[in-house]
Amino acid sequence: MLELSHIEKYYHAGTVNEMCMFHDFSMKITEGEFVSVVGSNGSGKTSLLNIICGSIPLDAGTIAINGTDITRMPEYRRQKRIGRVYQNPAMGTCPNMTILENMSLADNKGKLFDLRWGTNKRRIDFYREQLSFLGLGLEDKLDVKVGVLSGGQRQAMALLMSTMTPIEFLILDEHTAALDPKTAEIIMELTGRVVREKHLTTIMVTHNLRYAVEYGSRLVMMHQGTMIIDKAGDEKAAIQIEDILDKFNEISIECGN
Amino acid sequence: MSIIIGVLEEGLIYAVLALGVYITYKILDFPDLSVDGTFPMGAAVTAMLITKNVYPAATLFIAFFAGAFAGSLTGFIHVKLKVRDLLSGIIMMTALYSINLRIAGKANVAIYNKETIFDNAFLDRMIPPAVKPYMTVILLLVITIICKVILDLYLKTRSGYLLRAAGDNEVLVTSLAKNKGMVKIVGLAIANGFVALAGCIYCQQKGFFEISTGTGAIVIGLANVIIGTKVFRRGIPMKATTSVILGSIVYRTCVAVAIAMGMAASDLKLVTAALFLFILVISSYKGRKVSAHA
Repeated sequence: MLELSHIEKYYHAGTVNEMCMFHDFSMKITEGEFVSVVGSNGSGKTSLLNIICGSIPLDAGTIAINGTDITRMPEYRRQKRIGRVYQNPAMGTCPNMTILENMSLADNKGKLFDLRWGTNKRRIDFYREQLSFLGLGLEDKLDVKVGVLSGGQRQAMALLMSTMTPIEFLILDEHTAALDPKTAEIIMELTGRVVREKHLTTIMVTHNLRYAVEYGSRLVMMHQGTMIIDKAGDEKAAIQIEDILDKFNEISIECGN
Repeated sequence: MSIIIGVLEEGLIYAVLALGVYITYKILDFPDLSVDGTFPMGAAVTAMLITKNVYPAATLFIAFFAGAFAGSLTGFIHVKLKVRDLLSGIIMMTALYSINLRIAGKANVAIYNKETIFDNAFLDRMIPPAVKPYMTVILLLVITIICKVILDLYLKTRSGYLLRAAGDNEVLVTSLAKNKGMVKIVGLAIANGFVALAGCIYCQQKGFFEISTGTGAIVIGLANVIIGTKVFRRGIPMKATTSVILGSIVYRTCVAVAIAMGMAASDLKLVTAALFLFILVISSYKGRKVSAHA
């Protein structure tokens, strides 16, 4: 379980540009939940993910995973339990390393990077099997550098790599936003399958309202650092795109757009 | 013939330096100016040890570790004290100038009359006189190849993978639950170890330590790496480390040609700089053509 309690976050604190992102923000995510987060730009979606991952510091409040306080844990240490896929497909892979080398790196996540061989030859079949799961034919291109793959292929690999070792949370940061509609669809389906099969607790930020409605067991809409919609279970299942869209328009009018 | 041997000798010494610069410049993408301090540091350490009659082969290892220590300090300044990469190198380079003088005791130390890895009683006994003129170049070739093979092997280990990942995509290193700062420090340590090792070999081959040998070491290293990786690898497929060694020899040939055409020895740094500029312009021109096609 992930618990954010009384989070305070200001940007440019102490200057004329001071902006309050979160004020007394609290949220609980229980194990096995798949939370879709929507909201307009600047509503605090990505800030929320960055706070969970430790990419940006907090002004006040605490974060706990399964009761352990991780507020002061550096980002790289938190990543042992967290897998993250970024909007930019280039962020999740090493372009100048081969597919096999990338898979080996991901396989060693959280372990000691010592002087043993980087690629364990006995694991190659396992990597092939994992790659064939993507259905993109990457299992036959193990020695190809990831840099020559398309954005969609790289994002699929990034998803696979971030979920290869046992993790407690999967963080998806608009991970389909940079892809063409058809590729985005494929990646989204893949995401659904990975999350189901590995029973991952997932937080997905998206601008695609349809994905937010179709996927996930809980839907959250952020606005000015607060959750203005938060529905789970049957309520979530009953929600329609139109409902969210109406709420979106409401906010926009308030903001004078 | 003696000119060719001379070019090969210098080329191979600077090839070891270039292997170090390859790690920082190409793999880590870190412009490491501390090389200008760690190269003479290797020489200073060697001159000091050899005047104290330390076994010459042992100085190779001691110089490597001295350089690695200095390199890790550059990394510490950059990572922990959050100083920009270029400035961390400049700070280290400047500090090392004085430290090198302290180590060596003075700005010039001659070790002509001492035993070195190239000139000792053991070699005198074992090597027939006919091979003698080529002994230095053969030894240098062996040392350079050993360095290259060790680096190639290291880059295939888990630690080596992580080093490559750190230069390629820092975010991924964090995603792998590893501290990217530590990876950089390790990379800088290994790189400067190689650089100081080159300084050690340089000192033993020339028979003296001279404080100004470091000036422009980074430029020579970068030129070697860029010639190697930009020019050679386009034609024939080969390991980057191999191309860096070849690049180093080509670069020395160019310098030798310039000198043969009537430049004075005191013009050497000017030649070095001009050639480096020329190579940069040529290689970026090629790069632009490629990206225009893409």
